[in-house]
Parts: sequence; C-alpha cells; structure tokens
Amino acid sequence: MEKQWVELSPEEKQDVLFRRWLSPKGPDGSDLPFQSQEAAQSYQERIERIKDAIQMKKLPDRVPVCPLPSMFPAYDAGMTVQDVMYDYDKCHAAWKKFVLDYEPDGHLSSSAPGPGKFYEILDYKLYAWPGHGVAPEHSYQFIEGEYMQADEYDALIQDPSGFFSNAYLPRAFGALGPFQMLPFLPGILEMYGVAFSFIPYGLPPVQGALNAIMEAGNEALKWVTMVGGFDGEMASLGFPSMLAGFTKAPFDTLGDTLRGTKGIMLDIHRRPDKLLEALDALVPLMIKMAVGAAIMNGKPIIFMPLHKGADGFLSDQQFRTFYWPSLRKVLLGLIDEGCVPLLAAEGGYNSRLEVIKDLPRGKVIWMFDQTDMAEAKRVLGDTACIFGNVPLSLLSVGTPEQVKAYCKDLIDTAGQGGGFIMANGAFFDDIKGENLKAMIDFTKEYGVYR
Amino acid sequence: MSKQLVNAIADMNEAEALDLVRQMVEGGSDPTAILEATREAMDIVGQRYEAGTYYLPELMLAGEMLNEIADILKPELAKLPEVKRHGKVLIGTVEGDIHDIGKNIVTFMLDVNGFEVLDLGVDVPPHKFVEAIRDFQPQVVGLSGFLTLAFDTMKETVEAITTAGQRDQVKIMIGGGQMGEDIKEYTGADAYGRDAMAGVSLAQKWVGAK
Repeated sequence: MEKQWVELSPEEKQDVLFRRWLSPKGPDGSDLPFQSQEAAQSYQERIERIKDAIQMKKLPDRVPVCPLPSMFPAYDAGMTVQDVMYDYDKCHAAWKKFVLDYEPDGHLSSSAPGPGKFYEILDYKLYAWPGHGVAPEHSYQFIEGEYMQADEYDALIQDPSGFFSNAYLPRAFGALGPFQMLPFLPGILEMYGVAFSFIPYGLPPVQGALNAIMEAGNEALKWVTMVGGFDGEMASLGFPSMLAGFTKAPFDTLGDTLRGTKGIMLDIHRRPDKLLEALDALVPLMIKMAVGAAIMNGKPIIFMPLHKGADGFLSDQQFRTFYWPSLRKVLLGLIDEGCVPLLAAEGGYNSRLEVIKDLPRGKVIWMFDQTDMAEAKRVLGDTACIFGNVPLSLLSVGTPEQVKAYCKDLIDTAGQGGGFIMANGAFFDDIKGENLKAMIDFTKEYGVYR
Repeated sequence: MSKQLVNAIADMNEAEALDLVRQMVEGGSDPTAILEATREAMDIVGQRYEAGTYYLPELMLAGEMLNEIADILKPELAKLPEVKRHGKVLIGTVEGDIHDIGKNIVTFMLDVNGFEVLDLGVDVPPHKFVEAIRDFQPQVVGLSGFLTLAFDTMKETVEAITTAGQRDQVKIMIGGGQMGEDIKEYTGADAYGRDAMAGVSLAQKWVGAK
C-alpha cells in the first residue's frame, strides 16, 4: 500500500512534489495532453534540469536559465501595466509572447500583474497601482504604513489569525473596514450564546463588506481562470511554471506588512522581547500558507522575497538574533514538507553568507541580487543551489556583448560543478529585450556541462 | 550632565536621554548646550554607522530621539540662532517612483553632518527639481530611485536641469536599489553613491567641507 503523506520522509515528500510537477494535470484532474512529442520531452528536460541544479545529486545537462520578470512581458508586447492588470486576455497574450519568444527553462506564470478590478473592489491600501497612484505605464508600488501599532504585539501574539482577520484586513482594505466589528470566533461554543456571536453579521456595514468580498471573489476566479489556463497552455507547449506558492520571513511579514520599516527597526531597541515573541508566533502561519499551496498545486518551489535582512539594514548580531532564527524555522518547516524555498535575497547578502549556510543540503535555492557570486559559491556551494545575479542596470543600459561576458563569468565561477541557475538578480520591468535574449541564448550554448 | 546626555543618545539609551533633557530643561540649562550635546551625539552615531557598528535600527532611533528632544525644547528653540551649515543639498525620489526609505536615510545623514537639506519627497517630476534649484540654490542635487523606471526619469531630470541652464551650478549624485556606475553614465549624473555615507562623502567633497 502507498504510504500516507505524513509517513513520508522530507526527501520522499520532495520527490513526490517533483514527480507531480513532472506530470501536469488539466482542470478536471486528468493528465494534460502535450501539443507534441517534442513539447512533452522539453517539459521533462526542463524540470529535470532545474531539479538537478537544486538537489545537487547529479550534474544537470546544462545550467538552467530562469529569467524572472516583473512587468517586462507587458512592455515587451507594447502594452501598459494598466492594460495587463485590467484586461486578462491582454495579460495572457503578453506573458505567452514572453515565454514563446525567450523560451525560459522555468517561468513565473502570468500572475504578476494581478487583477486590477479586484484591488479596486476591495479598495486595497497597501499598494499604488496604475490609475490608483501611479501612471498607467508604471508598475504597482508598495506603500508603507503602520498597519499594526506598537501596543498591539500582545494581540498579534495571542491570536495571530484573529489579528489578521479582525484588525489587519479592515485597515489594509477600505471595503473591509466593517470587519473590525466581527466576533471572536472561538466564542461560538454552546447553544446558549451562540447567536450573540452572529449579531455582527446582521449589521448593514458588515453585510456590505461581505458583499464586497463576494464580488472580489468572483473577480479573483475570473482572473485565476486566465492564470490556470495560461499555465496549462504553456505546459502543453513544454514550458513548466515554477512556483507553487509563496511565503515570507517572519521579520518581513512584521516589518513590511504590519509594523513598517521604521516601526520594526525601532522595536529592535524599544521592545526586543515582544518582537522575538511575535516573530515566533508567525512561524507556523508562514509554513502553513506555503505547504498548503505546494500540496494543492503539486509542485515544490515556494517563492520567498527577502527584504529587511540585507547588508546594511541590520548588524550581524541583529541579523542573527532577529532575522535568521525565525526564518530558519520557516525554512526547516517547509523542507520537512518537501518544499523547496526560493529565497530572493534582494540587495546584497555578502555579510550573511556564513549564517545562511546552516541548512540541509540540496533543499533551498538562493536568488542573489548584489551578492558576490564567486564568494556565494565558495561559502554555499556544497549546500545550496544559487540563482542569479545578472544586474538590472546591465540588462537595462548594457549591450548584449557585455551581458554575455557577465554570464560567462557567472557560469565559470558560480556554475562550476552544478548547483547554479542563471537568472536576473532582481525582478525586471522595462529592460532591453536583446540583452535578455543574450543572457538566455548564451547560457544555453555556453552553459552545457560536458 | 551634557556629557552624560551625549553618551545616552549615542549609546541608544532613549529613556535615559529624554529624562536627562527634561532634567536639564527644568534645571534651567541653556537649550543651546542641550542642542550642542545632541549634535555631538549625532556625530558619534554617524561615525558608528560609517564604521559599520550601527545600522538602520540605530539611525532610526537616533532620528526619533532627535525629534523627541526637539519636541521637549520647542518653546525654547525659537530663540536659537541658525546653526552654521556647510552647504545645501536638494534631494528627491524621481518621477514615477514612490519609494522613500533610502532617500530619508540619506537626508537624515546629510542633516546630522551639517548640511541644509530640502527634501522634495517622492514621485518628483523634472520641472520641480528645476524650480527648486532656482529657488533654493543648492550646490548638490541628490536623485533617488528604487525601480528600474528611475533610470529613465533620472536621465530626464538631468536633461531638464541641463536645458534650464543650471547644470554648471550643481553637482548631481544618484542612489538607490539598482543604481551603479553604468547608470551614472547613462543618466549623465556626476556620481553614484552606494549608501548613505557615500552620499555624505560626495556632498562634503563637492562643497569643500571637512
């Protein structure tokens, strides 16, 4: 009899997720038909190549190349960001053109722009997007705020999910303001009193917010139908979609989303114990959101953008005390469930390499931006796959020859003996297509392991 | 007591520092002495940041203490003469980009290093820089940007400054997430600064301070 999921070792779980990724399914759960024998073969080869680079058990046939764009596909197709956020057909067309024109080993699906109308329905406060604070041709941008006050640590620590539903959501989404009136759900215990808990759901403002939620849900479904269709179509043509889900370092969840940069930096001095307690309280939530997505989507790679632990933000001591321990717990939790975290270390991570190497071999991918890749290879080379780091400035204003020279150097150093995936260092918008093409084509040619 | 205050601020002992300021105000201390001690402490904070012992948590807490001390002194502060400044720096995040953390840190470090800084905020169109150069008369202009779109708007801003005939009056430095020497060349700026201290050093070099 086949073993149950809980009986599998982390190694076996990772294998199951890779195997499920290798056999894509259609919307009805049946095997997805490939459009040609060649497409079926390319699909397998691309995933095996990425898998070999990650697991470091055997040398891949060549260095995989996985460019991770932000809004580049829109610009490259002559569209604005507003176009692809509000017209899902246009989004599909632009992202399809990107995959077919550049033929990456792994792609990021068509989900990056997100559904513009959905954000409008909910009056999302955390970002400015085209027509809502930025120009139609520009990408959406984060707006920092203090969505959790300094005196709310205990509320978060004692009931993290409750804090998100009854305090954070009403602040981050204008349309969900009335949710601050929602009941404390564990109060629904006995026949007597149960109806008291439901009173808020009868109030007109709460009902208005629930209606907005249903409308937003409809819009999200419409959008995800496009994204799912896109992934299926690309798979049938031989191009695997890389990510199963996403999560964050607890320090960034608190620092980006809840307290803001200034808030969390001050908390390091003003309330270090509460901060540490809250970071630990977030660990199981950060694991759960990613593992659920990996199992549902049948793929291992979980995207984790890292922000506030970069060189220059925190001292070595602060990184080791406040940033790394809770992040490491999340990573080990994900690894235990067979997931492969793809950690996008934005900025520089030169001073962090010795600390972050403390993880089991072949289980994570480090995407580096302004980190010295030769040094990263030296320190992390026998434990983790490294990914990156062609600079956005080079891709924007350099020449194809300069890009090739940079990639050659990367393959010669970081690519030595496997464990490397060629990519950009940070997410890119309006760069030169010829430079991207140079990065990809050169890697396919020069990056072959012999 | 002012030596104690210098140490309390510089060592990040916020509660002690504010207590000392209140005691000094109540004891009739000269507000100039309190401000002098605060400035001396900020110099130490800047040096420790430069030396790599202090990072963002300390810069942000130092900024907070500065504001808190100014709040306590406010009634007294009005009587003070203007502090002598090395020079003027105009700073802003270029059009299309709304990121401000890096810019705010550079502004703070320039301020504690004795520059008069005019911060135009975020998403600043080229003509606003041109108008502010005309009215504020800075020696240095700092252009900040986090996104790649800033490469082009920085270039446009430098071009607008040139077109307005102001290019020879100012030195222009750029900084932010994806900037580098190649982007300095592309935009036509005079220099690129890797971090806040690099920005301060550039400004000091250009105005001949220190």
